Amino acid sequence: MSNLPVTEADLHAYVDGLLPATRRAEVEAYLASHPEDAERVAAYRRQNEALRAHFGAIVEEPIPGRLLHAAPRRKTYLWRAAAAVGWMALGGVLGWHLQSYRTEQRQEASAWARRAAMAHVVYSPEVRHPVEVGADQEAHLVAWLSKRLGTPLKIPHLGGIGYTLVGGRLLPGDRGPVAQFMYQDAKGQRLTLYVRTNPDDTRETAFRFAQENNVGVFYWLDRKLGYALSGEVDKSELLRVATAVYRQLNP
Amino acid sequence: MDDYEPLIEQHIPRLRRYARALTGDRVGADDLVQDTLERALNKLHLWRRGSDLRAWLFTIMHNVYVNQLRSRAGHPTVPLDDEDFLPAERASETDRLEIRDLDLALRRLPDEQREVVLLVGLEELSYEETARALGIPIGTVMSRLSRARERLRRLMGGTGDSAGLRVIK
Repeated sequence: MSNLPVTEADLHAYVDGLLPATRRAEVEAYLASHPEDAERVAAYRRQNEALRAHFGAIVEEPIPGRLLHAAPRRKTYLWRAAAAVGWMALGGVLGWHLQSYRTEQRQEASAWARRAAMAHVVYSPEVRHPVEVGADQEAHLVAWLSKRLGTPLKIPHLGGIGYTLVGGRLLPGDRGPVAQFMYQDAKGQRLTLYVRTNPDDTRETAFRFAQENNVGVFYWLDRKLGYALSGEVDKSELLRVATAVYRQLNP
Repeated sequence: MDDYEPLIEQHIPRLRRYARALTGDRVGADDLVQDTLERALNKLHLWRRGSDLRAWLFTIMHNVYVNQLRSRAGHPTVPLDDEDFLPAERASETDRLEIRDLDLALRRLPDEQREVVLLVGLEELSYEETARALGIPIGTVMSRLSRARERLRRLMGGTGDSAGLRVIK
């Protein structure tokens, strides 16, 4: 026990779950003998719960279109620039489109791998909120994400190769909801598995690899679903995990 | 730059939630989110890669919001952080009982207290993150949080549902 006096800031940090365990115990001991403060702390906790309950559903609402295209000025500018180039460039533009038609599938795939890598970069460093639903509620997690993606999902168990499930979250994708599952090893190294529905649900592809700065991504399509496994680990390690994921999903 | 748009997109649902709680108005909240996103996309070069994008977006939203409040008031305002500056409060016991609704109670907080209590209580930012997002010292975060919570407690009838335990001063 440090026996430091319990301050107002301690009480708030207690309410918000921001105290280390030892200090938390001291604050609890203090509250046991200070009923007025205990009542205040309980009221503040109810405030937090009420806020989350009252506004929680907003994150599940579909995002209005105007917010998904919030940079109209720049697009208008590009369009004007393209118009200014005019007829002279038409031949070139057509050539470009033919070229992009040929590479469309590849580009689409790499754009998807990039989204997975970005989602990895955004969420894997999170200390307090790496996932929306933790591994302790795995059944709920599977049911919820399956419902949102509109197809049954399976969560691979990677304990056998040293990675435990942290949990998962729902993300907006370019064609609808996407699921992200997070795993970590004993050292806290995190990998994320990004799962989206596949519009062309007959396709299967081999593993492909993309590197987005420090993040490596193995991605593949497997009929109804597309998977992308991202991590800041060696390519060989990522491949080992990707192979295990694939085997579990296709026993 | 376009590469970052999907990255920002992922934060839209939470920006909308925060904006709705902050403004108490569905359309106004989405306007605030839209202004925030436009500004973020124009200023992306200022975002330090690898730093917390969400906190950065909250900072931008805070700045946009403060500007909106100022232009609405028609002149620059002094931040209200003192109970003395609050609009006259009808503090009768009946009033206290009427304001049960969380939304209404939030409306009756000064803007800067509402921001802090929402960033901490709803968005679960740490005190350091909140201080950074709002550009204020952490001590100010703590004092605003303390005032906001106490005020909400009084507005919401003190001890919440357990009516018998209400503290009447």
